Order: sequence, then structure tokens, then C-alpha cells
Amino acid sequence: MLFKYLLQLADNQLILSQRLSELCGHGPALEQDIAITNISLDLIGQARLLFQYATKHDDQKRNEDQLALVRPENEYRNVLLVEQPNVDFAHVIVRQYFYDEFNFLNYSALVNSKDEELAAIATKSLMEVKYHLRFSRNWMLRLGDGTAISNQKMQDAIDDLWAYPGELFEMTADEQVLAKAGVAVDVSTLQENWKEAVLATLQEATLAIPEGTWHQTGGKKGIHSEYMGHILAEMQFLQRAYPNQTW
Amino acid sequence: MDEKALQLRFQEQIDAEIKIEPKDWMPDAYRKTLIRQMSQHAHSEIVGMLPEGNWVTRAPTLKRKAILLAKIQDEAGHGLYLYSATETLGISRDEMIQALHSGKAKYSSVFNYPTLSWADIGAIGWLVDGAAIMNQVALMRTSYGPYSRAMIRICKEESFHQRQGFDILYTLCQGSEEQKAMAQDAFNRWWWPSIMMFGPHDAESTHSSQSTKWKIKRKSNDELRQDFVDATVQQAEVLGLTIPDPDLKWNEERKHYDFGAINWEEFWTVVKGNGPCNRERIAARQKAYDDGEWVRDAAAAYAKKHTHAYPSTSTS
Ligand SMILES: [Fe+2]
Ligand SMILES: [Fe+2]
Repeated sequence: MLFKYLLQLADNQLILSQRLSELCGHGPALEQDIAITNISLDLIGQARLLFQYATKHDDQKRNEDQLALVRPENEYRNVLLVEQPNVDFAHVIVRQYFYDEFNFLNYSALVNSKDEELAAIATKSLMEVKYHLRFSRNWMLRLGDGTAISNQKMQDAIDDLWAYPGELFEMTADEQVLAKAGVAVDVSTLQENWKEAVLATLQEATLAIPEGTWHQTGGKKGIHSEYMGHILAEMQFLQRAYPNQTW
Repeated sequence: MDEKALQLRFQEQIDAEIKIEPKDWMPDAYRKTLIRQMSQHAHSEIVGMLPEGNWVTRAPTLKRKAILLAKIQDEAGHGLYLYSATETLGISRDEMIQALHSGKAKYSSVFNYPTLSWADIGAIGWLVDGAAIMNQVALMRTSYGPYSRAMIRICKEESFHQRQGFDILYTLCQGSEEQKAMAQDAFNRWWWPSIMMFGPHDAESTHSSQSTKWKIKRKSNDELRQDFVDATVQQAEVLGLTIPDPDLKWNEERKHYDFGAINWEEFWTVVKGNGPCNRERIAARQKAYDDGEWVRDAAAAYAKKHTHAYPSTSTS
């Protein structure tokens, strides 16, 4: 049960890191290229800590790369938000900001986990996530309150992505059991704080709050978007083409 | 002081190994040479991110992916230092980038070759960064202060770049037959382009003699190339790879390796824009720049509206 929870946490970091790494060398300016690569690097580091811990709880005794890079698609437990594509820099920032607000709240709660190793991972990761959140929030403001064009692009991105954060606050059956035991975070309790923070940012950024309340769901159950297969095809390529080798 | 006296004092300063600083008087041609060379160097760092970025999403393990991301990020940082150092000569980053996109400014031709397998990432680190280090170590003593200091900073990071590349190939060479073949294939394709990175032979190098007198250049193209070949042949033996040059052999008299003739026709073809990836590389840079325009505009507009509220775009 803990094993699945660890994978779920790790998969979110892994897939978002993968998306950000696609931008390496293609950022809007060198400074942002470096910052985005840096976040991608932090997230892969966080994913590795979680996967490495997960290997200790895996019946099949797989290593971190077999866990991260060889599972079938429906065993990945990341939310749909993190697999959304890099349509433009506005989508990159909005996706990042929505996720960072969650990641910050989630890790802030996870530092109190009764599982000491998990709490230690959360403590270490939280330092980095604070920086990510500052970066993405500042860019929400800059682009929202920048020019008419940037405001429109940000609004489009928010409208496109608004249906995805809801899934972050869904509790799986395993999470409910682990949360009762004080190991996992009850993410459903984070939603109010998340919403408050996001609405304040949108307002300050002179961006409109979308009216829709419906949210997309599936990733946490292993039912992903059409994007996911392409992400994995790329990410798993070498491990699939040349199985069981050392790199 | 008249021009002649200034010239004389300038050369005395150089001969005495005193660094030239941005506010010092310098001959126009010295300034122009530096702008050409330093911006070309900066562009090479940035364009060089593209062939490696081509494999970042397909890295075989999480550890390799993290190392590669960190390496490419370093290169972006190098580009940044070098653009800043070049700006001290009175040209803006934007002007330099325009010159890159229009083809007026060059970048290292080696980045116009494609990365076709994971082993190419190893070959780039080992050979291309290896060759760059030879060049950059010599440039730490270059006469222009900001360039020299940028090189000192950059060289500290470069040895890690070469090591990670060597390590990728070493692991492949210890692996399966397929992996070994992948490593040899990458070596076959990257060896000659790396040798060419040092530029034309000294006798044919147009800028060399003046640059040497001004101590912009501290070692000649052929000297650096020989150093590189000597070091690399030994490392290839450790890897168990075959050098793709039938004429390569130790010359006991010279105490150096002799090597075969370089295909200068290929070199000039690539320099002139007809290498396998010249068009893709510039198109990718141009696209990133064009796609980023609204972002840069918005950041500038926001900074104007909120001068005190938030840090500048470059810091966060
Ligand atoms: Fe570099
Ligand atoms: Fe490098």
C-alpha cells in the first residue's frame, strides 16, 4: 500500500520533470531556460528519492529505473495535469503554478508523516518546491499583468487547464487508509487552501477565474490522456529497446 | 595621447601580462576580434544545447537524465557569462543573437552534426567538451580580463562534462555487444568533427598571427589539436575503442601521435552552412526566440508597471 502511494507521488514529479525537460534549449530567454531546466532537475531528484524508497517495498525487487521507466502505462499513477503538453510558455507556467501550489501544500503536510523516511524526503523536497512556487507565481503575475497579448495567452491557458487540478485532491482507497494511519496526506483537506491561494494570484495577475467546476479525472487510477503514451514511448525507449542492460 | 602612443602603451600592457579591462583604451580591431570570437563562443554554448537536448527526454536512466540536464544547464550558464562578458565591449545580447540568426555570426561547426544514438551523448561529452577544454584552458590566460575570468569560471565546470561523457561510453563499452557497437559507431562519427574543432592549420588560419600578438590566442590551432589527439588516443585505449584513422601512429621522434589528413572540404562545407543540421539548429534558435518575444515583452511591461514590487526577470 505504501509502495503504491510512493509511486503515485514519484510519478507526478517524474512526468512533470519529463515535460519540462522537453523545453531544455528552447526557453523564451536563457534565464528562463536555466530556471525551467533547474525545476526539471529538482523534480527528477525528488522522484528518485521516492522511487529509491519504493524499491525497498517492492515485492518484485525492481530498481529505480525499472520502476520509473519500464512499467505499463496503466500502472503510472500521476494526475492528468502533469502530462498536459507544452503548448506555449503560458501553458507551461499555468500548469507549473497549479502544480506547485499543490506540491507545496502536500509536502508541507507530508513533513509530519509518521513514516520517517517519507517525512525526510518531504522536508528536503519542500525547500526546492518553495523556490518553484516563487518562480511560477512571479511569472503568473508578470504574464497576467504584462501586456494585452500576454494576458490573453494566460487566460487561454487557464481556461484550458482549469479542469485538471481537481484531481489532485481526490483520495484513492489506499490513500484513505494511509492517511488514517498518519502516513499519507489527506489531500482532500488541501483543496480549500489551494483554491484560496490560486484565486488570490489570479486576481493579482488580473486574470479571470473560469466558471467551470467540472474536473477531469483518471490519472490516479491509471487511466491517462492520449498524451501519456507518447511521453512514455519517448521516456522508455532505451529501456524497452535494450532490456536489462546497464547504462 | 595620440593614437600611436596609445597603441604602444596597449601593446606594452599586453606584453607585461596586464589584463585589458573594459574601460581601458584598446584598438578597434582588438575590440572587433574579441566581439567576433567571444560571441561565437557564447553562441556555441547555446547551440550546443540542442544536440544534447535531443536525448534528454530519452535518457536511459534517471541518474543519466539528471546528469545530462545539469550538464546542459551548465552550458546555458556558460552562454550567459560569455554574453555578459561580450557586452562589456559595447554590444548587446540582442544584437549578438540577431547576428547568430542571420548567419553573420558563427558558432562551433561541430554542433551541426546530428546525435543519432545515446552513445553520441557520451561522445559529445568526451570528445567535444574535451576539445573545448583544451581551447578554454589556454584561454584562461587570454589578454582581455572579462574573457579570461569567464574562462576560469567555465573551466571549473568543464572537467565534469568530459568525465560524464567518458563515463557514458565506458559503461557502454563494458556492456552488451549492441552497446559496444553503439559506442564505436558514435566514436567513428564524432572523431573527425572533434579534430576539426580546432580550426584550420596554422598556416591557413586568417586571424591567428594578430590574435597571438595581442595574446587573445595563447596556443596555436595545431598545437591544441596535437594536445587533444595525444590525450584522447590514450583514453580510447582505456575504452577499448578503435580510432577511425588508419594513419594514426605514435611518432617516437616527435613524441606525439601522427594522424591522417583532415577532410577540409567537409570542414568548410559545414562552416558555410551545409552541414547535416545547420538549418535545423538556427531554425530551433530562431523559433525559441520568436516564441519568446511576447514573454520578454510582458516581463518588460510588468517591470515598468511595478518597478519596486518584484525582482527583475533575470533573477527568478
Ligand atoms: Fe560550456
Ligand atoms: Fe561543456
